[in-house]
Amino acid sequence: MEKISYSDEGQFCSGHVACAGCVEALSMRVILNAVGPDTVGVVAPSCSAVILGGHPMSAAKIPVLHGTLESAAASASGIKRALLAQGRDDTTVLCLAGDGGTYDIGLQALSSAAERNEDILYICFDNEGYMNTGGQKSSSTPLNAATGSTPLGKVTRKKNLIEILAAHRIPYIATTSPSHLSDMAAKIEKAKAIRGTKVIIVLIPCLPGWGVADNAAVKTARLGVESGVFPLFEIEDGVRYTMTVDQKNQPIDAYLAEQKRYRHLSDDARNKLQAEVDETWARLTAMVDNCPL
Amino acid sequence: MNAPAFTDNVQLLNGNHAVAWGVRLAAPDVAPLYPITPQTPILEKLIEFQSQNTFDAELLTPESEHSAMAAAIAASATGARVFTATSSQGLLLMHELLHFAAGARTPIVMFNVNRTPASPWGFWPDQIDSLSQRDTGWIQFYCENPQDSLDTVIQAFRIAETVNLPVMVNHDAFYVSHSVEPVSLPSAETVKDFLPRQPRQIQLGDGSGRSLGAPIDQASWNLTRREMDAGMSLVEDLTAEVGRSWATLTRRTSAPLEQYQTDDAEIVFVTMGSMTGTARIAVDTLRERGVAAGLIKVRLFRPLPAAALRAALMDVPCALVLDRNYSPGTGGVLHQELKSALFGMAGAPRLYGLLTGVGGVNVPAETLEKLAADYSDAAPDNNPIWVE
Ligand SMILES: Cc1ncc(C[n+]2csc(CCOP(=O)(O)OP(=O)(O)O)c2C)c(N)n1
Ligand code: SF4
Ligand SMILES: [Mg+2]
Repeated sequence: MEKISYSDEGQFCSGHVACAGCVEALSMRVILNAVGPDTVGVVAPSCSAVILGGHPMSAAKIPVLHGTLESAAASASGIKRALLAQGRDDTTVLCLAGDGGTYDIGLQALSSAAERNEDILYICFDNEGYMNTGGQKSSSTPLNAATGSTPLGKVTRKKNLIEILAAHRIPYIATTSPSHLSDMAAKIEKAKAIRGTKVIIVLIPCLPGWGVADNAAVKTARLGVESGVFPLFEIEDGVRYTMTVDQKNQPIDAYLAEQKRYRHLSDDARNKLQAEVDETWARLTAMVDNCPL
Repeated sequence: MNAPAFTDNVQLLNGNHAVAWGVRLAAPDVAPLYPITPQTPILEKLIEFQSQNTFDAELLTPESEHSAMAAAIAASATGARVFTATSSQGLLLMHELLHFAAGARTPIVMFNVNRTPASPWGFWPDQIDSLSQRDTGWIQFYCENPQDSLDTVIQAFRIAETVNLPVMVNHDAFYVSHSVEPVSLPSAETVKDFLPRQPRQIQLGDGSGRSLGAPIDQASWNLTRREMDAGMSLVEDLTAEVGRSWATLTRRTSAPLEQYQTDDAEIVFVTMGSMTGTARIAVDTLRERGVAAGLIKVRLFRPLPAAALRAALMDVPCALVLDRNYSPGTGGVLHQELKSALFGMAGAPRLYGLLTGVGGVNVPAETLEKLAADYSDAAPDNNPIWVE
């Protein structure tokens, strides 16, 4: 059993309104504490905005601008520039957005901020669908997963946003998971110390969205990591790939079995999915092995 | 010895460069900008100023006007003085965020160059781009010439920062944006004193930990609009007052409404933007011919100075509203606004809504002189009238 190494400074308060058992709230606690009090946040409409709560209460100790769905990275850029104009160079600007707000409608603004290498820390809570609007697909929804708008399973694969981001050659990209909270805290701390655009994608098994039991989100996330569906790694300057947690020690079946969204899967479909995971894993390990020093 | 008071530096500038000069003097902290014809010379001039170290705003050049406005809002919410500029498609792309900016009470100043929206594509002076944004909560000004644009953009910062509402200043594509005229530039000290930095009441990251824009209940949302209404209700007087203090510094007047030869007028043109200059010539010609013509320029369009318009048009027999815009299904926007402003007023003029110059069609003074002749004794007509 891993000992979690992070200190709770009370940056995320009780009284938040996540579903009971939600690992996005857990992740937010680790992230807000790791990033610290000298931070200004932007949140896009998503579960993270809902979790923070309604005006005038807020579960976050830091001030947060509740922006529009497609503009998180642009809003964060504006805050950063305003702080720079005030001589507050060291204040961290933190974005919290969902996969819909990142892979889909907000990708244009994120790509532009990344191209300008704006000094922002962008967190994508990737629950692989539009949960705030009741669980429709996003371009992050994986192959075969059932959602409100893909009831028979999505027919195309999950967008590889990480490679898109790597192509921008931003200084830091990482994946992390609520099953590995020390890894999460360490990546936030590392990212915080880097100037430029940093993006961290957090796997969030969503209880109602994925059909996961109330007490099984952490377990599901761990199975996602250990089956290689969601590898934990980081990319520096778009080229230096590093695996950060030992992983991929089992097939995808235990991971799928935790989730109702894959309940309908035929053997053939399961095999296609396994083949895709294996192929992506091979590609990733090749990037790690061939990475320039 | 006191220095002579009015030693402005006069330069030949087109409307867009006059705006850029006004912005340089107003010294915003952050300026997100995206190019679009015919706004681009504003962007280019500001970037040129920056490369010469005479303008030191944080310049952002994001991928779209949508992101430019998102950045503008966030920067303004963080306490910065913010400027951006756009036109037509860019303004329309911002639409969602225009509501957002006003609701967030961010005193952004934006310059919009009025241009026809597609489809079909065109690059011509027409005000429907900004008029169709009239319900977004932005204060709106329409300028007649480069000097007006420079003076108004500077005043806009003071107005925005006093009532915490965003201000959109407009001038017509090419007729103003690209026409070169002598423009009197105030000194940097004059503008600095005119635009003192005010601490913002609510500011993101001010140490209070307060968040902005989180979901809110119905009654509280309702209250935000009542508070905007209270802010808007100050703008007409504030515009007049700011115009008066600008006049003491520059000897140039600017008011919510500007009236020309209206005292004894029997027929009055009502205009916005560059059409005003043409109408002034038509009034002079008509007066020479013995026709008691006059002119009202609506400089402040949002909030509409309704009481001032009623006073100005009281007992005038006939008013011709010249709309360089067309709202399909209703007609000219200024015509609609005037109909509602004058509704029920005893002594209201016969009002004609004339669609003049929609799509940038040229409207010479002779056309306006002919309209005055055609409508001075015509039967009342509530419907929009297309002018050839
Ligand atoms: C322009 C716009 N379109 C649609 C919406 C409605 N909307 C709010 S949240 C959301 C989905 C968000 O999905 P994601 O970013 O994945 O966040 P999640 O709810 O899954 O946490 C949508 C479509 C919106 N707020 N703005
Ligand atoms: S819908 Fe899913 S991600 Fe959102 S709060 Fe509930 S469990 Fe968490
Ligand atoms: Mg989502």
